[in-house]
Amino acid sequence: MKPQSYELHMLLSETPGDEMKDVIIGLEVHVQLNKLRSKLFCSCSTQYHDSEPNMCTCPVCLGLPGALPVINEKAVDSAIKVALALNCNIEEQIMFYRKNYYYPDLVKGFQISQYDYPIAMDGKISIEADGEREIRIKRVHMEEDPGRLIHVGTIDRSRYSLIDYNRSGVALLEVVTEPDLRTPKEARLFLNKLRNILEYLDVFDGSLEGSLRVDANISLAGGARAEIKNISSYKGVEKALLFETVRQKNLVRRGIRVAQETRHYDEVRGITISLRTKEEEKDYRYFPEPDLVPLRIGDRVDDIKRALPELPDAKRQRLVKQYDISDHHAKVLTSELKLANFFERVATKVDANLSATWIADVLKGELNYRGIGIDAFSPEHMIQILQMLKNDKITEKGAVQVIRTILDEGGAPPEIVKRKGLLKIEESIITRAVAEVIKENPAAVKDYHDGKNEALHFLMGQVMKKTHGRADPSMVSKLLKEKL
Amino acid sequence: MNVDGIREMVKSGKSVEEVIQSLFDKIERSKLNAFITLAKEQALEEARRVDKHGAKGMLGAIPIAIKDCISTRGIQTTCGSKILEGYVPPYDAHVIERLKADGAIIIGKTNMDEFAMGSSTETSYFGPTRNPCDLSRVPGGSSGGSAAAVAGGEVPIALGSDTGGSVRCPASFCGVVGLKPTYGLVSRYGLIAYANSLEQIGPFARNVKDVALLLDVIAGYDPRDSTSMDKKCEYTKELRDDVSDVKIGVPKEFFGEGIDEDVEKAVWSGIKVLEDLGASYTEISLPHTKYSLAAYYIIAMSEASSNLARFDGLRYGLRLGKDKDWHTTFSEIRANGFGEEVKRRILLGTYALSAGYYGRYYLKALKVRTLIKRDFEVALKDTSVLITPTMPFPAFKIGEKIGDPLALYLADVNTVPINLAGVPSISVPCGFVGKLPIGMQIIGRHFDEATILRTAHAFERNTGG
Repeated sequence: MKPQSYELHMLLSETPGDEMKDVIIGLEVHVQLNKLRSKLFCSCSTQYHDSEPNMCTCPVCLGLPGALPVINEKAVDSAIKVALALNCNIEEQIMFYRKNYYYPDLVKGFQISQYDYPIAMDGKISIEADGEREIRIKRVHMEEDPGRLIHVGTIDRSRYSLIDYNRSGVALLEVVTEPDLRTPKEARLFLNKLRNILEYLDVFDGSLEGSLRVDANISLAGGARAEIKNISSYKGVEKALLFETVRQKNLVRRGIRVAQETRHYDEVRGITISLRTKEEEKDYRYFPEPDLVPLRIGDRVDDIKRALPELPDAKRQRLVKQYDISDHHAKVLTSELKLANFFERVATKVDANLSATWIADVLKGELNYRGIGIDAFSPEHMIQILQMLKNDKITEKGAVQVIRTILDEGGAPPEIVKRKGLLKIEESIITRAVAEVIKENPAAVKDYHDGKNEALHFLMGQVMKKTHGRADPSMVSKLLKEKL
Repeated sequence: MNVDGIREMVKSGKSVEEVIQSLFDKIERSKLNAFITLAKEQALEEARRVDKHGAKGMLGAIPIAIKDCISTRGIQTTCGSKILEGYVPPYDAHVIERLKADGAIIIGKTNMDEFAMGSSTETSYFGPTRNPCDLSRVPGGSSGGSAAAVAGGEVPIALGSDTGGSVRCPASFCGVVGLKPTYGLVSRYGLIAYANSLEQIGPFARNVKDVALLLDVIAGYDPRDSTSMDKKCEYTKELRDDVSDVKIGVPKEFFGEGIDEDVEKAVWSGIKVLEDLGASYTEISLPHTKYSLAAYYIIAMSEASSNLARFDGLRYGLRLGKDKDWHTTFSEIRANGFGEEVKRRILLGTYALSAGYYGRYYLKALKVRTLIKRDFEVALKDTSVLITPTMPFPAFKIGEKIGDPLALYLADVNTVPINLAGVPSISVPCGFVGKLPIGMQIIGRHFDEATILRTAHAFERNTGG
C-alpha cells in the first residue's frame, strides 16, 4: 500500500462519515498440531504440558550441533487435511525454508518454515457475522514452534527470562487470511470457526495453553497498518483489535498519521505497545532448508480427501434435515464437535426437538455459566432426564434442577430425583390438596366466583405449597377450576 | 602403520591396551599438533575390554581418529573453535555409532580449520597442525589433523569431512589416501554443518584397502538424515586388480594455468601407469568449471551463515563472565568466540542471502551448480572415471598464504567442482616434489565408489604405494 501524503490524509479524515471508516483486518493464525504424538522434525513428545521444563527435548529440537531434522509425515497429512477443509489449492510439491533471526527461544538461530511452495494457497471459509461472510485464506504453511520464554514481570520490564524448550519443534500451522475481516468481532468469529474446523479434523485441541497464537494486521481504509504480534487468546484478539481500532481512529481524528509498525499486545493491561517501526523490519534471509528434500504430496491428497470427516457447515445442514430441528439449534449444536455428537447420541433415544432444545438452550447455558465443557455431562444422563420429562415423571423445573445438581454435586438422575423429591406428584394427591385448599380458604373461593382472577392464582399457590412444588402447575389449574 | 599392521601387532602377542598406549605415547611426544582432544581414558578402557572379551566387527580393536566436527558422546567436540571449547555432546553421530558397533576404538578428536573453513588447518583456535613430511609446512585442510595423524603414524585410519576438498586436500599434502563419498552415501547425522548441501564425511588411510574398509563401515542409509540414500555396496570386495574396462576422462580445465608443472607431470605419469594396466583415456571438457569456485563459495558461505547462527552461548559453548541483555551477550560471545575467517564467511554469506541480493548471488550459484552437475553427468556417460591433480601445488609453508584469503580459496579450484556435482572422488599419492607428496584425484559417477576405489587400488599396487 502506498503511503499517503499528510494533506491527503487530512482531507480523508475530514470526509463526512469518517467515524464509519472501514477497518481492515487480516490475521496470521498459528495453531499447534497438538493432536500429533511427536514434534515436526523429531520424535519427542508433544504432550509436554505436564512435564518439567526442558524434559521433552532431544538433540534435534534443542538444535545441538550436527543434529538433523526429519519431516514428520503425519504432520504433513494433518496439514493437508486442514488445507482441504479450508478449501485451499494444494501444492503438488512442498519445500521447507530457513527463516533466519536471533531470539533466545530459537535454538538454531533460524526457524524451519515454508516460503515458496507452502502446503496450500487460496482457500476460504464462511463466518456468520451480520449474514454469511466469506473470508479468503491466502496461504497455509507449516513451521516449527520455538521454545517458550517466561518473563519475570512484563516483557518490557523483566529483569531476566527463563526458557523452556519443551515446545521447541512442535508442529505449527500458520493460516494467513486476506484482509477480509471488517470488525474485531468478525476476527473473533473467524477464529471460533477455524478452531471448530480444526477440532472436527481432530488435529487440534484448542483448550491447551499456548495452542493458538495470532498476529493481527489492522488498518483504517487507506491508512498504514499496525501488526499486533503474538496474541495468545481468542478474547485477546478481539480486545487488542478493539483497542487498536480506537487508537488509530483517535490518531486520525487528531490529524496524526498512523505509523506502520509492529506492536505488542499486553494481555494484563489490555493495551498494545509499539515494538518496532517499519524501518527496523527484519530481513529473514529465507533460503531452502538444505537438510530437507522437497516433498511430493500430490499423490496422497485424494486419499486424505476421501477420509475427511463431516465438517461443521455440512453437519449443521444435515442435522436440520435429518432431525427436523431449527437452524439456530443446529448452529449451536455444531459449534463444537463434542456437542453435536452428544446431541446425536441423545436424539436416537428421545424426541429430537426436545433433545435439541434441552441441549442447545438449557444444558449449554448451564455449562457456559460454569465455564466447563460438554465432557462434564454424560449423554446417558441426558437421555434419562428427557425420558422422565417426556413421561411426566418430572416437571421442567425439576429437570433443570437435576441438570444443575449433576454439574455441581455429581450423581445420577434417578437418584437425584429421589433424593431431592422431584418426582411429579400423582393426580389423587393433587385432588386431595385441592379439596383441602378450597375448604380452608372460603374467602378466596368467594372472590373467585365474584370474578377476581387473582384469587385463582392465590389458590394455586396454596396447592403448590401443600405439594412442596412438585405438582404440575397445569394440572393444579385444571383440577382447581373443575372443583370450583 | 596400517590396519593390517595393527592386526599383526596384536597377533604377535601385544595386548590391544599396549598398542593403544603406544599410540598415545607417540602422540604425546609428537610435534604435529594433530589432536585437539585425546580420549585416553575411554580408549584404554575399551582396549582392556577387548583384551578380556575379544574384538568384534570389521574394525575390531582398530584405533581411529575423528575430525573434531563430528559429534562424539562424552568427548569434547569443538570444530576447532573457541566458541565450542568445553562442549561435550550428549550424542554420537551416525558414523560414530557405526564405528563403535564394528569395534573401532576412538582415540581422539583431530585438529581442523575452524568450522572446516580453510585449506591449511591454520585457522584452528587450537593452533596449526604441522605436515609430517615437512614440519614447516601445512598439512592441508580442513581435515589437516586427521591426515597428519595418519601420515605421521599416530593412527592407522581417521575420519574427516569434505565440503570443498577438506578430505582430499590434506590427503594430497600429507601423502595419504582420502575419499569424499557421493553426497548421500554417508549419513551426516552428527556432522556439525559448515555447508550442508555440499559436505560428506570421508575416510583417511595409508592405503586404498583401508579406505574401502572404513567406507564399508560408515556408508549406508540413515533415516535421521533426509539426504541419505540406500546405495551402499561392499567396497573391499570390489578391489579387483583389473582396470581394463576403465575409461579415464582427463578434463583439460583441471590442468594448465595455476597448476604446478611437477604436479601436472606426476598426474600424467599416473594416468600412463593406468593406461599400461589396460585402462584407456580421452581428454574431455567440463565447460562450466571456471564458475565453480564462485558458486561454491556463495553456496557454502550462505549456508554457513545460517548454520553458525545457533552458536549464541546460551545452551552450550563459550560464556563470558557476567551476562548482560540478550543482544549484547550473544553478540559479545560471537565476537569473541569466532575467528577471523569464520566471521568473514558469515558476513559474506549473510550478505549473499540478504533481500535484494538473494537472486543475484545465491539463486545464481544454484543455477551454476546445476550446470556443473550436468557437465559431470555428460562427461561420465562415456567415461568411467575422471582424473585430475587433487591440489594445484604441494603443501605450502605455514603462514605463507594465511594473510591472503583469496589465494587460499583458489587452492580449492580442483576439488570444489566435485562437491557441487555431488560425485565421489578419491585422492591417492602419485609422486613427490622433493619430499612433498602429490595427490592424484580420481572422480567417479554418483554412487560408483567401487570403480574409483578399484582404479586407485590398481594404481597403488603397481606403483609400490
